[in-house]
Amino acid sequence: MSAWRSGGWRELGRYPSAITGMAIILVLVGVALAAPLAVPYGEALERWRGGERWQHHPVNAAPVWVDRLAGGRAPTTRVIAGRDVQAEVHPFPGGRRLTLPLTFDHDFDDFPSELNLFLTAEGHARPPFVRLLWQTPDGREIPLGGHRLGERERISISQDRALERRLGGLAPHIGLFAAEQAGAEREAGVPTLQTGRYGLVLEAVLFDAEAPLEAELVVYGRVHGIAGTDHQRRALSLALLWGTPVALAFGLIAAVGTTLTTLVIAAVGVWYRGWVDAVIQRLTEVNMILPVLPILVMVGTLYSTSIWLMLGVVVLLGIFSAGIKTYRAMLLPIREAPYIEAARAYGASNLRIVMRYMLPRILPVLVPSFVTLIPTFVFLEASLAVLGLGDPELPTWGKVLNDAQSQSALYNGYVYWVVSPALLLMLTGLGFAMLGFALDRVFNPRLRSL
Amino acid sequence: MKPVSDGAPLRPDLRRSRLRDLRHLLLYAAARLLALLATVVVGVYLTILVANMGGQVDQLRLVQIRSEVVEAVRADPAFFDMPGEERNALVERQVALEVERLRLDQPFMVRSLDYLRRALSLDLGRAEQMHSDRGSREVRDIIVERLPATLLLFGSANLLVFFTAVFAALHLSRRYGSALDRTVIALAPSSAAPGWFYGIFLILLFAFLFPLLPAGGMVTAPPPEGRLAYAASLTRHMLLPVAAMFLSSIFVSIYSWRTFFLIHSSEDYVEMARAKGLSSRRIERRYILRPTLAPIITSFLLMLIGLWSGAIILEQVFNWPGLGSLLFQAIGHRDTPVIIGGVVIFAYLLAATVFLLDFLYALLDPRVRVRGGRP
Repeated sequence: MSAWRSGGWRELGRYPSAITGMAIILVLVGVALAAPLAVPYGEALERWRGGERWQHHPVNAAPVWVDRLAGGRAPTTRVIAGRDVQAEVHPFPGGRRLTLPLTFDHDFDDFPSELNLFLTAEGHARPPFVRLLWQTPDGREIPLGGHRLGERERISISQDRALERRLGGLAPHIGLFAAEQAGAEREAGVPTLQTGRYGLVLEAVLFDAEAPLEAELVVYGRVHGIAGTDHQRRALSLALLWGTPVALAFGLIAAVGTTLTTLVIAAVGVWYRGWVDAVIQRLTEVNMILPVLPILVMVGTLYSTSIWLMLGVVVLLGIFSAGIKTYRAMLLPIREAPYIEAARAYGASNLRIVMRYMLPRILPVLVPSFVTLIPTFVFLEASLAVLGLGDPELPTWGKVLNDAQSQSALYNGYVYWVVSPALLLMLTGLGFAMLGFALDRVFNPRLRSL
Repeated sequence: MKPVSDGAPLRPDLRRSRLRDLRHLLLYAAARLLALLATVVVGVYLTILVANMGGQVDQLRLVQIRSEVVEAVRADPAFFDMPGEERNALVERQVALEVERLRLDQPFMVRSLDYLRRALSLDLGRAEQMHSDRGSREVRDIIVERLPATLLLFGSANLLVFFTAVFAALHLSRRYGSALDRTVIALAPSSAAPGWFYGIFLILLFAFLFPLLPAGGMVTAPPPEGRLAYAASLTRHMLLPVAAMFLSSIFVSIYSWRTFFLIHSSEDYVEMARAKGLSSRRIERRYILRPTLAPIITSFLLMLIGLWSGAIILEQVFNWPGLGSLLFQAIGHRDTPVIIGGVVIFAYLLAATVFLLDFLYALLDPRVRVRGGRP
């Protein structure tokens, strides 16, 4: 067995596709193992649920490297925190006045995608008041109005409709960064970006001598991280990273579950013959008539879309799959082989004959089809997710695709959102398929001579 | 190989053996038909059980009916001045009517058997929520309206793939080892991805980046007048989904057929025919294709089986108004009769395919014919 095995390896090494396939699989397995180390399971679910923790991320930003490779310099997100800035303090009886200049350099090729100011004022007896002043590199000053602050305040400068009107109908995150234009240019309606040092000056009146005021100005970029972000500001890298172990686990468990059970059942049927075989045959035929995908969709909509339930149903439907017929055809001649007779003569039990004598004989033939089966299940999970029946909590590649589809990503030009999960799916499919095809040629004696 | 049956009288023993063959064939077909019928019954009943969660869906529906009726009565200005008790009685009456209409007053087991009987006789009943584009509530009408779209799309795509693959494979098996042959082998793993997956990229490429073809749907809206214009619009809409299916399965089909033909063309009798100096065309037809006809047809029909189940997602992605997307919508509406109707149609189509497979196999493979009625 071991001699055959080393021979098989050497044989496999002759196929470049097998090497490539194995390399891809190794990388994927590496990523799958690294994912739980980088972000623990519970935290990944928690973070993927979305919400406030993503508020410093831009909406629908493309990956940084795509833009940089294309030679662009689209803005990244910057957070300018008040605590890093020297504030001017003027105390007065019963409180103090605070001047907080939040300055940053904007030297990118494009306007930011959004502008938000997050203010935290905890422990104040009376709500503080803050007035905002925007300073452009060419020395203009644009007042952005005043706000009475609660404990946690989010001032969406981009959403300020009054400001938008004052800026001549330009969205504030564009109008505030545009160079001043003469009348004719303004009519044309194409704003030009002004680079340089911008500032947002906070003039706060606090009715407390001690209580702090935290300010964070977020200038959202148009590119983010290695995988970009989605419509809920979530970094796609999290889903792409965690999608790897989920996809591999789903594919592997489903493939092992269906192949092994099918094999054992086929062997049992062949060995016992008679009514056992007949029942197995009839069950297989019933199962062939049941349409798998509609049933999965039905289970997903009516019961739950938990990935583990889906996995269970896939395995359950796969037990009596059409494969039983193929295995049966392979096992029938083995049943009559002399070595089985020998085993019987020494008094081996039925179970022992099936498990130790019949199954090992056809296992090698099954390895290639097993390997090529894995991506089928990986894609099945993605298919279900694309239909909107993905696991409600787990981030998977299919769910990213589903989000992208429901937000019309292609139509809106967010190509990265579709391409990155699709590429990973394709890579998984190719890796396993390449290895499987090569294995097929190595293990299948009839193909080897060709 | 001269035809024996025409004109010349058969020798009596030959005729007897033919009769025996025919009898065996019929017996075999009848046995298979019975077995398949039983299979369909079990399969459909299982579907009915799953579709109703063993009767639990009914509880959900009762709650839903009640809340809908209460809402309707409350919102209707005609009942504003009605005293409370009378209004409650009205609600009860309407709930009872609705329950009776949906036959929720009967125990689930009774209804499930009734569903089964009617499903098997293709009396698919009336939909609860959905209706066909013409406005009919009959499940049969809804399905009949969608079936041609699915058959058209998947039929043409699969026939295209099948015949292209078989003939390309025959061609390649003669030029085994050539650059083209090696390219096809190298491309075979690309079939790991299903059709809808390629569909997404095709839509991206040909509908958005280079807007040449429509991204989805079956005809332009409004549908063009005139048969030719309609057909042209249909063809334009079919190009992308057919291309997606073609891409996802063509290389692996060519690969497996090529291997298959290669194995068979190294058989002794083919070598013998070659040694006799027969033309390669004749060898292909008589010595390679004829003996391998049974497996070819098997795989053709197995492909058909695969086609039925692969439909849902591709139809969703391309917004194709076929059976698959109908089933998906029905599941969304929790419209049990439509779900069951759809799955019954799937099951029947599958069973018909399996039967055809068995029967053709018996016709083509002499070994099955001789064994007769024993399956």
